[in-house]
Amino acid sequence: MTDLHTIRVTVNGTTYERTVEARMLLSDFIRHELGLTGTHVGCEHGVCGACTVLFDGQPVRSCLMFAVQADGHEIMTVEGLAPEGEMHPLQEAFHEAHALQCGFCTPGFLMTLKPFVETHPNPTEEEIRKAISGNLCRCTGYQHIIEAVKLAIKKIHHTDA
Amino acid sequence: MKPPAFKYYAPSSVEEALALLAEHGYDAKILAGGQSLIPTMNFRLAQPGVLVDLNRVSELAFIRPADDGGLLIGAMTRHVQVETSDLVAQRLPLLHETMPFIAHPQIRNRGTYGGSISHADPAAELPAITVTHRGKIHLRSTRGSRWVDADDFFVGLFTTALEPDEMVVEIALPPLPPRTGWAFDEFSRRHGDFALVGVAAAVTLDPAGAVEDARLVFMGVGDRPMKGDTAVALLRGQVPSADLIEEAATRAAQEDIDPFGDVHASAAFRRHLAAVLAKRVLTRAVERANR
Repeated sequence: MTDLHTIRVTVNGTTYERTVEARMLLSDFIRHELGLTGTHVGCEHGVCGACTVLFDGQPVRSCLMFAVQADGHEIMTVEGLAPEGEMHPLQEAFHEAHALQCGFCTPGFLMTLKPFVETHPNPTEEEIRKAISGNLCRCTGYQHIIEAVKLAIKKIHHTDA
Repeated sequence: MKPPAFKYYAPSSVEEALALLAEHGYDAKILAGGQSLIPTMNFRLAQPGVLVDLNRVSELAFIRPADDGGLLIGAMTRHVQVETSDLVAQRLPLLHETMPFIAHPQIRNRGTYGGSISHADPAAELPAITVTHRGKIHLRSTRGSRWVDADDFFVGLFTTALEPDEMVVEIALPPLPPRTGWAFDEFSRRHGDFALVGVAAAVTLDPAGAVEDARLVFMGVGDRPMKGDTAVALLRGQVPSADLIEEAATRAAQEDIDPFGDVHASAAFRRHLAAVLAKRVLTRAVERANR
């Protein structure tokens, strides 16, 4: 009982047309159909946050959506954060503040944080902790990630300082 | 960790969705936000033959003022919309205060009010808040339409009054009366995890400062939202002193709930948390009612 659907999805500005099975998860579509393996798959039940992508600009867990639901929508993955060869201020900040070790969780953190840092010029530390509460990191103990968020916000909003 | 095969439909109107439910009945599941259903399918705990996806039914996403001063909330309204709604903040402050406790930001971007109450997880926030507000739930099928009181909607573990061909279309939440204070609190291992216990309270004082009416609803300590009627009976007609609140909270945690033990917490610890949290929310509700 293969239920096939043809979908058109815009990912990182490029529109793709593919025929997918209804049961294909959006995370698998991004990785296996489009070959964008920057989106990582951890738990596949919505707990770890590694597969977070932007869906119409909002962070969502791509393992908790079907690809067929993305028909006509826009997705951004970690590959779309900055042009080839460049880094988004958030990525620079993660690098400079040592906010990653193994890096498995990093794409999920970056996609969760992109809208947050853009819309929060002066967050409290508690707000930052709440913003990343849906992403698990087993290496850093989170403190360096929080430092990176502060640094990224400085880069984005307070360049004169 | 991959869902089993199913037939997928994405209707664009309520009428179309109801026709699909009438046709497929027991084989069909409604896909709302999917934040509980899809993990359940990934684990293959649920294997529906048909999914009716409501995400393109835009007429079900709304927050509208109701004539009684409360709100009507469409079934497909996402948590993030409720959380950030000025109308909700003004008219339903208890709901506003509770929203950030629901899971994580990514989940709140997808999850829906109608989906949460239809799933009826006894540890979820919105079923408890809907009961606390004495809300009414609007159900529709091709056979007709009916309104069900929140008390009658939640009938057991993940079980509601919904018939297989029915769906929730909207939720009516009346406002809390004047001179009413309210509070919600929960205890979880990490912020955003399922709470071990959560409690909502609303206390209405008469002009003399005695309790005219009270509501106390627990989550995570029974097969559905559990009402602390023992506490309410103790409080009613009395001036709520600290001692009386403590007694009411303790008695409710002994008599009104049915906690289970699991790997996260024993039943005894959950009962202890229920008493502590009930005291905390009743105290805060009384303070706010006195303001």
